[in-house]
Amino acid sequence: MSSSTYVQLVDLAKYFGKVRALDGLTLDIAQGELVALLGPSGCGKTTALRALAGLQELDRGQLIVDGKDVTFQSANKRGMGMVFQAYSLFPHMTARENVEYGLKLKAHKTAGDKRKARSAELLDLVGLSTHANHYPHQLSGGQQQRVALARALAISPKVLLLDEPLSALDAKVRTQLREEIRRIQLELGTTTLFVTHDQEEALSIADRVGVMRNGQLEQIAAPSELYDRPKTSFVAEFVGLTNPISGKVSGGSIEILGGVVKTLPGSVTSGTGIALVRPESLDVVASNSSNGKVAAASFLGASCRLNITMNDGTKVTAQLPSLDAAGIGAGASVTVSLLDMPVFVKAAG
Amino acid sequence: MKKPWGVRIWRWSIISVVGAYLMVPLYAMFDFSTKPFGFQDKGRTFRAWQIIPSQPDLMIAIGKSLVTAGIVMSLILFLIVPTAIWVHLKLPLLRRPFELLCLLPLAIPAIVIVVGIAPLYRWISIHLTESPITLSAVYSMLILPYTYRSLSAALDAVDIHTLAEAARTLGADTSRVIFGIIMPTIKTGIVNGSFIAIALVMGEFTISNILNYKTFQVVIAQIGRTNGNVAVAVSLASILFVLVLLLAIPTKKRQGKVLDVDLV
Repeated sequence: MSSSTYVQLVDLAKYFGKVRALDGLTLDIAQGELVALLGPSGCGKTTALRALAGLQELDRGQLIVDGKDVTFQSANKRGMGMVFQAYSLFPHMTARENVEYGLKLKAHKTAGDKRKARSAELLDLVGLSTHANHYPHQLSGGQQQRVALARALAISPKVLLLDEPLSALDAKVRTQLREEIRRIQLELGTTTLFVTHDQEEALSIADRVGVMRNGQLEQIAAPSELYDRPKTSFVAEFVGLTNPISGKVSGGSIEILGGVVKTLPGSVTSGTGIALVRPESLDVVASNSSNGKVAAASFLGASCRLNITMNDGTKVTAQLPSLDAAGIGAGASVTVSLLDMPVFVKAAG
Repeated sequence: MKKPWGVRIWRWSIISVVGAYLMVPLYAMFDFSTKPFGFQDKGRTFRAWQIIPSQPDLMIAIGKSLVTAGIVMSLILFLIVPTAIWVHLKLPLLRRPFELLCLLPLAIPAIVIVVGIAPLYRWISIHLTESPITLSAVYSMLILPYTYRSLSAALDAVDIHTLAEAARTLGADTSRVIFGIIMPTIKTGIVNGSFIAIALVMGEFTISNILNYKTFQVVIAQIGRTNGNVAVAVSLASILFVLVLLLAIPTKKRQGKVLDVDLV
């Protein structure tokens, strides 16, 4: 535990029959940090968040917030602000009444004037001061989630819990709102746990991203480290795209595509292994002395994605800046080589 | 855009047929109630209407029925609604059995129910009280199928689990979640269920008659035996009264405020 640890999830376990939703999850979050939990459906990320909120009982483990054990404290006394995946605004209250709701209750009782000022301040923070008197059904999905965020922040929560709050929104609103969540989180310095299955969302706003699998944390690290230096094949394959290319491993490096690159810690150390190569780690140039042929090219704006069939039949995907890919279209003969970036190598078969 | 003539004619014919089906009996009642029924009457007369207030027991019976309806309403609001919410929120496995239990009064004829519970009620009337409270207890059982169905439909239409969890994380205790959040959210279901319940209470005859309660409908039946014109006039008046009640349903906004009970 580091000195600035604010939230501790210690050896959490929760079993639903034979399903292990949480199986010894341990996680520390520093004060003011935004940690994202990422993983496929059923990996236990939402269960972990709900356990911290007090909405899910645990079979084992301990929850410590700000030095206090809150494992057995009921949800209404924990002081956690939560934004849900489903729209959760109280339909019979206006946006302002929703934001003020928590402040009217015993736990966070605030006098009338202060309450009004606080709700006005928060609605302003989420950019909805002009919608204070609107009812939820008069607001769009994105606006409703903003109000929900303001409502959760109104009680000055110890921890802000975000349970896939953007997944019901369309792509553009999603990007906008996730940046806003990050701006507000940094502005207020609220310790935040963010659960999502969308890796782009997690990588773009979190200080650290934890990848979960079968109720356990596979790896937790800063987004760039998680992407560039995965510790397990699951993390390498789950976060971002990879090309599985087999080659011979020896002495901390692997021989693939006619070149040799270093392997990451945790990789297979000898014999034949499968390197998990990122599409942007491949360099592609059009040439006659080719080792592959472009099967399809997709223009993505700033970058271009090429599906290439190598001469030995291996299929790889490369992604390169659109400028570099100019003139390389479907059917073009190309030479694919590897940039000098370490790769994760998993056991073959 | 205007609908084609064919559609409009078809629509108006349906409305006219349904309207006639509903209005002709009412007109017939009005016609009958204004017919002469004494030797001194000739042509149209409103004597049957004029002597309504002087009917023995009628006003007391109306009062009794209204009090019974009031008590049944309170039982719905403070017992049946919270129970239905609790079952939906916390005891999902009990939903089916609970629903079956609530539907039972519909399957058992009123006369069977009353024969079964009559000895108990006779004992209560003799030894404890004859107040409408006891009658309300039977009625609250009879209304269960209607009230529970409409509540259950309203509860299924909203994600009450998320609303309840959101309220809890903000610091609300269970009673506040039920009375302050869920009940206002399903107010339409509650209002609908309550109206069906009141309609049933104001119209039920078998049980109150057999248990010797002089409620509104029992007294109307009694008047009908001595003076048909007055009985019909009272019936029509009661229908109009219920109509006025229905038109006076609180607006959406006010309902929310009324039900948003502040418990803390």
